[in-house]
Amino acid sequence: MSATSISMTVPEPNWTLPARGTVAMFCLIAAEAAIFTIFVVAYLFYAGKSLTGPQPKDVLEAPIFYSICLLSSSLTIHMAVVALRKGSIRNFGMWWGATIVLGAAFLYGTASEWHKLIYREGLTISTNLFGTTYYSLVGLHGSHVVIGLVAMTTVMAFALLGKVSEEHAERVDVLSLYWHFVDAVWVVVFTVVYIIGR
Amino acid sequence: MSTDSIAWPGSESHSRAFVDQLHEWIATVDHKRLGIMYIVYALVFLVIGGVEAMVMRIQLIRPHNDFVSPQVFNRMFTLHGTTMIFFVAMPIVFGFGNYLLPLMIGARDMAFPRLNAFSFWLSAFGGFLLYFSVLGANGLYGAGNAPDVGWFAYAPLTSLAFSPGHSTDYWTLSLLVSGFGSIGTAINIVATILCMRCPGMTLGKMPLLAWMNLVMGGMVLLAVSPLTAAQIMLMIDRYLGGHFFDTQAGGSAVIWMHFFWIFGHPEVYILIIPAFAFISEIIPVFSRKAMFGYPIMVAATISIGFLAMSVWAHHMFTVGMSSNANTFFVLSTMAISVPTGIKIFNWLATMWGGKILFKTPMLFAIGFLFQFLIAGLTGIMLASAPFDWQLGNSYFVVAHFHYVIVGGILFALFGAFYYWYPKMSGKMCSETLGRWHFWLFLIGFHLTFDFMHIPGLLGMPRRIYTYEPGRGWDSWNLIVTVGVVFQSLGVLVFVYNLLWSYFRGEIAGSDPWDAWTLEWSTSSPPPAYNFVAIPAVLSRRPLWDLKHPDDPDWKYE
Repeated sequence: MSATSISMTVPEPNWTLPARGTVAMFCLIAAEAAIFTIFVVAYLFYAGKSLTGPQPKDVLEAPIFYSICLLSSSLTIHMAVVALRKGSIRNFGMWWGATIVLGAAFLYGTASEWHKLIYREGLTISTNLFGTTYYSLVGLHGSHVVIGLVAMTTVMAFALLGKVSEEHAERVDVLSLYWHFVDAVWVVVFTVVYIIGR
Repeated sequence: MSTDSIAWPGSESHSRAFVDQLHEWIATVDHKRLGIMYIVYALVFLVIGGVEAMVMRIQLIRPHNDFVSPQVFNRMFTLHGTTMIFFVAMPIVFGFGNYLLPLMIGARDMAFPRLNAFSFWLSAFGGFLLYFSVLGANGLYGAGNAPDVGWFAYAPLTSLAFSPGHSTDYWTLSLLVSGFGSIGTAINIVATILCMRCPGMTLGKMPLLAWMNLVMGGMVLLAVSPLTAAQIMLMIDRYLGGHFFDTQAGGSAVIWMHFFWIFGHPEVYILIIPAFAFISEIIPVFSRKAMFGYPIMVAATISIGFLAMSVWAHHMFTVGMSSNANTFFVLSTMAISVPTGIKIFNWLATMWGGKILFKTPMLFAIGFLFQFLIAGLTGIMLASAPFDWQLGNSYFVVAHFHYVIVGGILFALFGAFYYWYPKMSGKMCSETLGRWHFWLFLIGFHLTFDFMHIPGLLGMPRRIYTYEPGRGWDSWNLIVTVGVVFQSLGVLVFVYNLLWSYFRGEIAGSDPWDAWTLEWSTSSPPPAYNFVAIPAVLSRRPLWDLKHPDDPDWKYE
């Protein structure tokens, strides 16, 4: 008996399965969503339970401009993927670059907010429960933004070297899934931290 | 047989230098080699964790024993629990999954071979970190040299005030690192099953092992991540002065319990579902019948997966939750016995009227059936909150979950070893030694864990390093420790069997059990590329179709 004889007839003429990159990214997103859920639950559970100040309502201001930056970057990365699918490398580079700029702007927003909180309001991660939960939740999201920016900058470098073409559209699309997830998480974090938690 | 497969790894090994071979193993991305590395790594830790269990049992053999100090006893039960769950059970399950899945679904490798190697080395490094604590955790504090906070490490015992030194840090880091490895492997398993199946293998025609590993992979993604999150919080508390679990700053110790058990209970099902998978492959082959109720088995597995996510707080009845919470977790825990019961009936129905062959794998599978049933019954007892208030944290609980893990998971794993060893090594395991292993281990298991229930009912709490004489616990503890001797003899016979059979065993051939799934269609051990041509299947038992062209399965499915 040999391995080849298993094949008797060709059962399915069009045997297609889901792309492994997309499936893997959805799996990663599921795992990440579970991590974020635990941090969000901790934030909500401890909201208003700090024994000492500063309290959220005294020091937090909703970063509306930077949030718009981050959320609109979902649109630009989508446009970039669409452009690449059509084979328009030039447009891809423009939209992709715009996404990186918007993401970096958001990160700058977080950095300046933290700077203000630490140096003017005296709130650090060890000050009180609010500080612990706030910095860890926003920081966890921020670290995901950083990872996304590193990955996107790598793609950008390849694009500038002329190494990105239409055939890479699927891989770039997988990366865009991650970025959409980072944006969607920000909607949750924004709601929890700046609306409910305040 | 296997004339069309080219030299399998190892056949030319004598001519190559040891360093070259070692390099090949370390740099490998082959799912079969990584699977074997996972399994060997887990077996090493099984022996280490077993020695720790023996130390504890020797200490408890009689009242006022002073074999080890209380401090060492605390380290022993912490290391034993952590090792057995994270560095034995998880890697061994991943190892079998890694080895078998591509072979059973007709693929040449996992979906992401390099991620696979990365995940393995993360897990391996995690285990190394845990045991490095024995040397490295002393640090400048000179306080404690191995983790001693228990395997679920309740707050506030893990805070800097109560756990100075670095032993708890090593525990946290090792779980964090191996957790990332587990998530990587789970992604790989899910992607492999969904995206790499050979032509014709629709979801409804996959072997049950693939279905159950798919559910297990999904559960790892959703259950191990909360543990990762909780470990990050613990690190923030210990290193950055955070207050997550710091009750003096308004933090909560109970929320750590929730976060830990949101991982901890699904984890039990992450381990038992692959055990179900082995049983679902072994019982049909040795009953010479197709699996009874395949679609119901799949449905039961998926519902176990969902229900398992909603039962975690039955570990916390004694904490004092609201009566609504207690009621919910009692009911959800009891509900999970329904799909589990369905599975037991399906296995029995598969055996019913079959021509049962009592080979070693089948002996372990039958042992599994009985013992898992009893484990489930004591589980239902503990699931009722008032009963748990009485017996929570007693030896009854210890006996219950060891019945699940040893009587259920470990017996299924031993069955899997005897069943797939011929495929992995090309040699048959010795039946005689296998039977010695089975009976020694069975006797030892029942001596230890049947009798362990009784001191629990008599009020013996877990994790005590010694006890007063005259409480009615003495003789039970003696019997429990005597059982350990039989179990360790059984394991020694098992390890000897693996080694002896590798050098002296009969040549297995590609299909020694006359089985029906795709891994038996290629040579033993399979070539690096698994299949010369990617197979195509028409039914759940492609090799049955091949061997019985006059009466193939696909006519009826």
